[in-house]
Amino acid sequence: MEEFIQQLTNGLAVGGIYALIALGYTMVYGVLKLINFAHGDLFTYGAYLGLTLLTSLALTDRLGFTLGVIVLVLMVMGLVAVLGAILERAAYRPLRESPRLSAVVSALGASIFLQNALMLIYGARSQVYPDNILPTATLNIFGLYLPLMRVLIVLASVLMMIVLYLFIQKTRIGTAIRAAAIDQGAARLMGIDVNRVILMVFLLGPALGGIAGLMVGLYYGQVNFTMGWVYGMKAFTAAILGGIGNIPGAMVGGLLLGVVEALGAAYLSIAWKDAIAFCVLILILIIRPTGLLGERVADKI
Amino acid sequence: MKRFKPFTIALFVASLVFAPLFLNTYQIDVLNSIGLYTLLALSLNLILGEAGLFNMGHAAFYAIGAYTSAILNTRYQIPILWTLPLSGLIAGLFALVVARPVVHLRGDYLLIVTIGVGEIVRIALVNDVFGLTGGANGIFSISRPKLLGFTIRQPQEFHYLIWGFVALTIFLFIRLKQSRFGRALNYLREDEVAAEGSGIDTNYYKLAVFGLGAAWAGMAGTLFAAKMTIVSPESFSFWESVMLFMIVILGGAGSIIGIVVAAFLVIGLPELFREFAGARMLVFGLVMMVMMVVRPQGLLPARSQQLSPTLLKESNR
Repeated sequence: MEEFIQQLTNGLAVGGIYALIALGYTMVYGVLKLINFAHGDLFTYGAYLGLTLLTSLALTDRLGFTLGVIVLVLMVMGLVAVLGAILERAAYRPLRESPRLSAVVSALGASIFLQNALMLIYGARSQVYPDNILPTATLNIFGLYLPLMRVLIVLASVLMMIVLYLFIQKTRIGTAIRAAAIDQGAARLMGIDVNRVILMVFLLGPALGGIAGLMVGLYYGQVNFTMGWVYGMKAFTAAILGGIGNIPGAMVGGLLLGVVEALGAAYLSIAWKDAIAFCVLILILIIRPTGLLGERVADKI
Repeated sequence: MKRFKPFTIALFVASLVFAPLFLNTYQIDVLNSIGLYTLLALSLNLILGEAGLFNMGHAAFYAIGAYTSAILNTRYQIPILWTLPLSGLIAGLFALVVARPVVHLRGDYLLIVTIGVGEIVRIALVNDVFGLTGGANGIFSISRPKLLGFTIRQPQEFHYLIWGFVALTIFLFIRLKQSRFGRALNYLREDEVAAEGSGIDTNYYKLAVFGLGAAWAGMAGTLFAAKMTIVSPESFSFWESVMLFMIVILGGAGSIIGIVVAAFLVIGLPELFREFAGARMLVFGLVMMVMMVVRPQGLLPARSQQLSPTLLKESNR
């Protein structure tokens, strides 16, 4: 039972990370009907930027742990969001009216470019987060010993999802995003500046993806320039699992996939861990291509 | 311009035939890799270029062909070239089984699923599935191919084997392109609903082309296993599939000449700039982005088929 709960909470932490990345995929897909292949790499940039800022600015030494991490999160969010906006400008905007294949190829090209730029800057070896900064404390909850970092990640990701959900549901720009996702042409006729909506989506998604990258760095203590593609694929699976284009769906899909993967790795086979997500992906596309909560993608398939 | 085309092709073929006379062993080896990639890209072109199905797991079929040959050769001592049809068959059958439930998916969904299939196959190979694939180390000491009692050993000899197979492939694929089957595929690519409305069984053609393209990739896998005498999972990573995808798109989907040229550029050019090897993929990424804006149809796009009198006659039947 103890083992099960450890795996379950671990799955929730990883699932929270998947969900944050999946939100970026699902928002972009909702508005542009484009799989942003470079999104996984923006996530990696978040992890690397976090590492650089953490070590070079020594934020946690100067400001204390709590404030330091909050400032770090905000800086990573801002920087990765700017990267996302540049990406949209350079790789996707010129192809807005092109056939889908062109945009997909451009997205792949952007992904390859970003990944290799990172490799040339930092080198091909894995980078290690300094472990003296991270809290190694464990929490004792009803006799269960959970690492503090895991609990923080679950809480932070859930918090961020709630904030995003409220933002999308309650604000004007959130409403505009939802409108543009349903019908771009009609949204434009209603006076919505679709270009601004797209820019917004490319700021929000990468910001969340960047935090997810930072979380992976803090949770595992080690980052690699190729990790974006594995996490990206899994997060995309999560987005499809929940119903692509559907924001609560991405959250549910992410958490569910994280738990399924953690339990599968623990009780079935650790060697096949990375194949679990892909099997889930194929099964969901065969059995229920609209995803668990999706409703309006049926005409696309 | 058009009158020079046969001349250019003749020159190209002649320089390939006589290449072993004036290139060193290393250069011939690079040429052999280009040949293998040309073969693979041509097989992917059937699926991606002719039928317009986004397949980004082509390395999986390549891997299955290579491993089939390797296993048959090392365990049962079957001469490697004899396994050629069998690895084609097994890769093709695998593709049919995998594609059957997902082939109706459109565009990027199919892309994602094929990426997934490619990864599952790679992970299966690493995990030594059925105790046959040798895990992460792969399978080694595959015997050299024998052709009519002659053992093929040197890169110069492989050069003729590989490029001979490429020539045969190009001949067959041109025939296929001009056939009823090829035209049905193009129709499917241009407008699936209209194709179905005209009585083309879209699911049948999609499956058939998946099987055929995969079978050809499987045979390329046999040649790869024979050339390297070792196969391991790292040769069949996701990036192989991306490379092949890129060759087809850069060359011009559906254009055989374009694909041969693109294979030379994508595989050959980096060898000329070895000192910048680290930046190779960076440049590829950039080229992919720029190409899609400047010239999305590829370097040498396929010209759309004019309705020739024979075609008209046949379509009236």
